[in-house]
Amino acid sequence: MIALSNYLILGAILFSLSIAGFVLNRRNVITLLMCVELMLLAVNMNFIAFSHYLNDIKGQVFVFFILTVAAAETAIGLAIVVLLYRNKKTIDVQELDSLKG
Amino acid sequence: MTIPHIIEQVVFYFSAIMVVISGIMVIAQRNPVRGALALVLAFVFSAVLWILLESEFLALALIFVYVGAVMTLFLFVVMMLDMDIEPMKRNFVRYLPIGLFISVLVLAFMIYVVAPEHFGLSKYAKPLHASAAYSNVKELGHVLYTKFVYPFELAAVLLLVAMVSAISLALPVVRERKLQNPAEQVMVKREDRIRLVNVPSEKRID
Repeated sequence: MIALSNYLILGAILFSLSIAGFVLNRRNVITLLMCVELMLLAVNMNFIAFSHYLNDIKGQVFVFFILTVAAAETAIGLAIVVLLYRNKKTIDVQELDSLKG
Repeated sequence: MTIPHIIEQVVFYFSAIMVVISGIMVIAQRNPVRGALALVLAFVFSAVLWILLESEFLALALIFVYVGAVMTLFLFVVMMLDMDIEPMKRNFVRYLPIGLFISVLVLAFMIYVVAPEHFGLSKYAKPLHASAAYSNVKELGHVLYTKFVYPFELAAVLLLVAMVSAISLALPVVRERKLQNPAEQVMVKREDRIRLVNVPSEKRID
């Protein structure tokens, strides 16, 4: 028998891993986008675990919408990355400092 | 403890460990292609866990939508951009202590909150397995098309907006387009367009 807390702890581990990814990979925009995906996966894991253990389908509906929004976010984010590379010839976060005063 | 319970535990722990390992690979890889492939692995094993939680539709949607579409898009973009991997190594060691500190702090707080004494089996008992006639897709579709029909349509509009904006962002700007300039058309003078030429008439030849 697997407890609800096992799934929640797995979600917490995934979430903190992606936070570590944000801090460690401060250079590549694509890796940052992948860390966002990992974070959303952790959140979805929590939603589905609660949906199963509370016997409520609404959690799964919520995950459905999160998947939709995440797909939209990824498409636009990657389009912006492509545009960024075309204009600046780099996707290095540290070199994108045009807004620095 | 019966045999199905042991199998369930083995599947859970194996998939959970694989998800965590592939998550570590995502953040530790310098090559973004390998990172994307590790993320695919994480999605696949998460789908296994979601099937264990009896949400079959979303597990399959995760495979189809994420692995099939989103990660393919990621790989396309990664391979299209010619990025240099070499200078990305430097910051990794530099930020490792602060990154580990922040993530361990967050993890400790979260595990303190979701500890087994709060969310264990004694508080939330494992629900009974659904019967063979139960269809997760049917249940989810029923809710989605009745109670959540407006959010569902909004999600469709959102996808349309995302598609239009992604296309308009990434479409290369063509400089030699033949566009009308209405201001120029309105401001045009008679002298700009008409040139009166005085052509001398020829003599009549008899």
